[in-house]
Amino acid sequence: MFYREAGDFSTTYSQDSQTFPIKFDRYRYYVVLAVAFLVVPFFINDYWANAVFVPFLIYAIAAIGLNILTGYCGQVSLGTGGFMAVGAYACYKLMTGFPDVSIVIHVLLSGGITAAVVTLFGLPSLRIKGFYLAVATLAAQFFLVWLFNKVSWFYNYSASGQISAPERSVFGVIVTGPNTEAWAKYLICLVFVTFCAIVARNLTRGSVGRKWMAIRDMDIAAEIIGVNPMAAKLTAFMVSGFFVGIAGALFFAVYLGAAEANDSFGIDKSFLVLFMVIIGGLGSIFGSFAGAAFMVLLPVLLKNVLVGGLGWPTDLAAHLQFIISGSLIIIFLIMEPHGLAQLWRLAKEKLRLWPFPH
Amino acid sequence: MKLLSMTVAAVMAASPVMADLVFPSLSYRTGPYAANGIPFADGYEDYFTLLNERDGGIGGVPVRVIECETGYNAEKGIECYEATKGEGALVYQPLSTATTYQMIPKATADGIPVHSMGYGRTSAKNGAVFSNIFNYPANYWDGASHAINHILDVNGGDISGKKIALVYHNSAYGKEPIRTLEELSKKHGYELMPVAVDHPGQEQKSQWLQIRQQRPDYVLMWGWGVMNQVAIQEAANIRYNMENFIGIWWSGSENDVLPAGAGADGYKALTFHNIGRDYPLYDDLQKYVVDAGKAAGAGDQVGTVLYNRGMYAAMLAAEAAKTAQELSGNADITPAEMRAGMEALEMTEAKMAALGLPNFGPEFKVSCENHGGNGLGAVKQWDASAGEWSLITGYEASDQDVIGPLVEEDSAAFAAESGITPSC
Repeated sequence: MFYREAGDFSTTYSQDSQTFPIKFDRYRYYVVLAVAFLVVPFFINDYWANAVFVPFLIYAIAAIGLNILTGYCGQVSLGTGGFMAVGAYACYKLMTGFPDVSIVIHVLLSGGITAAVVTLFGLPSLRIKGFYLAVATLAAQFFLVWLFNKVSWFYNYSASGQISAPERSVFGVIVTGPNTEAWAKYLICLVFVTFCAIVARNLTRGSVGRKWMAIRDMDIAAEIIGVNPMAAKLTAFMVSGFFVGIAGALFFAVYLGAAEANDSFGIDKSFLVLFMVIIGGLGSIFGSFAGAAFMVLLPVLLKNVLVGGLGWPTDLAAHLQFIISGSLIIIFLIMEPHGLAQLWRLAKEKLRLWPFPH
Repeated sequence: MKLLSMTVAAVMAASPVMADLVFPSLSYRTGPYAANGIPFADGYEDYFTLLNERDGGIGGVPVRVIECETGYNAEKGIECYEATKGEGALVYQPLSTATTYQMIPKATADGIPVHSMGYGRTSAKNGAVFSNIFNYPANYWDGASHAINHILDVNGGDISGKKIALVYHNSAYGKEPIRTLEELSKKHGYELMPVAVDHPGQEQKSQWLQIRQQRPDYVLMWGWGVMNQVAIQEAANIRYNMENFIGIWWSGSENDVLPAGAGADGYKALTFHNIGRDYPLYDDLQKYVVDAGKAAGAGDQVGTVLYNRGMYAAMLAAEAAKTAQELSGNADITPAEMRAGMEALEMTEAKMAALGLPNFGPEFKVSCENHGGNGLGAVKQWDASAGEWSLITGYEASDQDVIGPLVEEDSAAFAAESGITPSC
């Protein structure tokens, strides 16, 4: 009844090609943005920011990055953790090397540096595909973590091998370091997420995204209709690297405050982000958010219910958490291989017909 | 998502709030470090259970231990810190050097003390810079010096030209002693050969092949979790002389040596507290905690090396809380008062004997300038046939001529980079 195109007339071309053609969708999007920007910052506290919102937002950026590469362009990557480490260490070197430059610029530059590194590791994708490419990116993961542990220049020769974020502010508000307020952490991440999601959404709707999807669906056919596979694959690696780098930089500077390559950016991070993309839905920006929310919230919820609510031993809860998330992933892959995004799509289809489905 | 957040909020709101002393236990009972994490966590919790059952808490206020699983991962450790600090946590003992490093700025900003007992950032000994961080009674640089002193004793005071390998966990923890060992090598003329082992350390064939080829005279180890067992097994496999293999205090529990069987006989490790369960306190523990069925975990760790250490950590925390109660006059102390109590803590032989732990640990006194105690340590040796550790030296001092300036230098660097003015 409310959720339909009928009666909503476009009078200009830009109206005709807008992201949310349905009025209800558009207003829902504005309401979500308004709540996120104007309501949540006033109610957020340290626990909610650190346990739920900040990791959710940062992982959402990483998931968008991986989704562009894997979901839109069909290039499997197991190197996300290592690529996030590139963003984190780039951000650290920039923050300590140029203390007067704004942290926002540093985060964007870290994204750029990561984009260059990821493109370099994407070069083999021109010759190898599928599992073989996955192994090549896996090698990148181990190589990068080893590199950041081995070469002490990356951590400014500190004895512990750890990097820690110095205090930096945006418009006079501290956003990194131990004295950061919860709302400031949340807002800086939210700004980056909004920026990344809008850029990603528009890229995937345009010619670039269509080329990626053509390569994903059948690379030979795409080449025949005039898509340059080298350009398409490398731009996917580059754009993906940019987002993953931003996620890594924020993860280190805003969320953790200190990091160690092996501890924070190990292979388990790569798998975590990959699970987010798979559970959320390959080839969907909304899916990246849904997957990130699912993988961040589930452990927090289980921990609070099992340990806080039921008073079970922590080791039992930790093991149960592995079992539950593992089985949920399997159930999802069997019951809904297209992820949470597909459920959302189905709900929208149903809404279009509601309340007269026949 | 809204529904989920409401459920979480409801669950969190349901937990009761009352006057109690909160001691979070950031434990790891899962993962590759569980073998070492479990006994420590059990000892820590059992001691507080004993205080609750026998004395009704500390100074009449019951103790509440909140356990949070970290898996020896710094990121999860910080999550646990954020999740529990709002409950009125008095002191954090993360049992992880990487977590301690990340917790230092956060805890200082939040005004909550951290006790990294025998681990963490060594230069936190300088309380003028690290106001909220304590690492009494001994630290890693003391440990490095104890090991070298022991080698000096064995060799009649001359080790120039000897080759000493350091097998270390490739993390903030394992890298910690390298600086001191380098300084000491300049002083004593030995050659240092660092050998890194990556997390988690189940595979060390190449490292021990290197040791077999290069034939170092001594091997020191900074290992933890499964890495310890594997290293001791590998050393036994290449028939390395166990007498010349010395682990830090975290590489010297029963779980580490038992898998290698007779091959581990003669392995040495450092310690900063006594071993065994031959103390009056254990009778109370047996009566009030174990026999009452209130022991933490499976209850099968009582009296092991790491159980003792967990209990020792809890005992020092409880004594600091008592000191804080005396100083402030409040029974229900705040983290700030706890910090003051820790800074005024004095452990004497009489005090430990009264607690039922005579001759258990060294005497020391904490002050604002010295958050690290006296740095005394001893060497113990494993007897595989008897299946027990025994102390082979007394508690000896470390080489403060070398360590003192290093602490000064490192803490000054930290003060400069985080804009702290040292003050006492």
